[in-house]
Amino acid sequence: MEHLGKEHILIRPEDYDKNFSTLNLGPTHPATHGIFQNILTMNGETIIDAEQTVGYIHRAFEKLAERRAFYQITTLTDRLNYCSSPINNIGWQMTVEKLLGVETSKRIDYMRIIIMELARISDHLICNSVIGVDSGALTGFVYVFQEREKIYEIYEEICGARLTTNLGRIGGFERDFTPAVIHKIKEFIAHLPKVIKQFEDLLLRNRIFMDRTINVGGITADRALNYGFTGPCLRAAGVDYDVRVMKPYSSYGDFDFTIPVGTQGDTYDRFCVRQEEIWQSIKLINNALENLPEGSFHMEVPEFYLPAKEEVYSKMESLIWHFKIVMGEMDVPVGEVYHSVEGGNGELGFYLVSDGGRTPFRLHFRRPCFIYYQAFPEMVKGSFLSDAILTMSSMNVIAGELDA
Amino acid sequence: MEQPMIQNILLDKFQHEVINIDESSDMLTVTVRKQAIVEVIGFLKEELGYLFLTDLCGIHYPDQELALGVVYHLHNFQTNTRIRVKTFTSVATPEISTLTDLFSAANWMERETYDFFGIIFTGHPNLIRILNVEYLDYFPLRKEYPLEDQTRTDKDNRFFGR
Repeated sequence: MEHLGKEHILIRPEDYDKNFSTLNLGPTHPATHGIFQNILTMNGETIIDAEQTVGYIHRAFEKLAERRAFYQITTLTDRLNYCSSPINNIGWQMTVEKLLGVETSKRIDYMRIIIMELARISDHLICNSVIGVDSGALTGFVYVFQEREKIYEIYEEICGARLTTNLGRIGGFERDFTPAVIHKIKEFIAHLPKVIKQFEDLLLRNRIFMDRTINVGGITADRALNYGFTGPCLRAAGVDYDVRVMKPYSSYGDFDFTIPVGTQGDTYDRFCVRQEEIWQSIKLINNALENLPEGSFHMEVPEFYLPAKEEVYSKMESLIWHFKIVMGEMDVPVGEVYHSVEGGNGELGFYLVSDGGRTPFRLHFRRPCFIYYQAFPEMVKGSFLSDAILTMSSMNVIAGELDA
Repeated sequence: MEQPMIQNILLDKFQHEVINIDESSDMLTVTVRKQAIVEVIGFLKEELGYLFLTDLCGIHYPDQELALGVVYHLHNFQTNTRIRVKTFTSVATPEISTLTDLFSAANWMERETYDFFGIIFTGHPNLIRILNVEYLDYFPLRKEYPLEDQTRTDKDNRFFGR
């Protein structure tokens, strides 16, 4: 067992005469909010160095995907960033549509925007309320978790699942929004601003919270770009990069919304950027709901979109398509695409190489928090342990996305 | 900057290193010799403004002579263009220079690529496995390691796509 990497855990001989201590933060420490380990070298309360160990819940999705039909990969993407799984699902479906050359209608695009923005709200709510928890303010967390529950109820109404949603299909949705869905979304969106306001009243200008988060875990725009930051963490550092604007997918170009940016790149800025994004998401959902066009909720992609059940039982052709799709017997065109969406944490990319078989030849997920989490030691060096915990929660490192 | 211009600049500057330029896929795809990868990407970063390394991953084509590949996706925020750079190496000498001097983001992405494909990034500060256990003695995303138990006789691969 000597190859188990003990050299990272033991104190190095050259450090024997120093008064450094080693602290294992994780793998199952409650403050890490997920299973990953941080080995901190501490001088008293100050962090000298940090070393992350990741991979505790690595599930080999990229390898699994190489043996799965395209519709079966949606369930794998659920488990990347499980706080906003619909974004991952829809991102993957759009990647396949890009490879197949399927153009979706405005109605599908707007439905997708509504769901993706709901997911973004739920992701940001969790992250921001957890920053509150880690700085000692549990109340806000309890308030906003009620709202997250409502978002999950909306998912449930749409697709039947709550956390790992497997929402949507290649070419659209499995079923239309029912009146109940529309009602629930409207009710939720009408109520949410009040709760967000309440939450912001608790934390945004709270002296203790500000003292705990301002100038904690900061990073400059230059370093953030070099480290491949995307999403709220990059925007907090002052770079206005958002995939929704730079490469509008799913008709995001039809909507008017603002991309908030910070200046310091610290924990407080990340918190504020996420809060403002929630407000923008509310605006987007309202606009999309108002302008939701009539029409079909799926495109005609018979090779990949499962026919309606009634037709499967009554029509020969539908039965054949159903069988072929379920058995994964559909060949995909040869091609190579990279498609990215703005996930809860940043640019979630799918690099798909197809050799014309029935499964991807190679599928790579660009997981935003895997890429930017490597900046963690640089961000916490010289700060206190309690600051490191806040920095980690404000980076919103989700173990599922980290490890794929 | 327009795509044809970037092509011409690259062909001009690296005429011996660029193997192939392909415009047919969703972004400009340039295949270069592995000896020149740092030079080409450094040039793209410093001179042409591709400041952001979006993605780095490996790929394995077992039928090719140069079977192992690394695919880089770079992004120029100012012109909002992306470029894909590929380089290939053989399984016998899977060595490619590291990009960690240019992009700190390359550190873990190269470790991940090493972990799954066994591509050795020369000059990398800490090239150890990242997602798999340290004592794994193979590189799981190479095509010769099939996902399913190959001793099974009740399943015919022809029916499952591969």
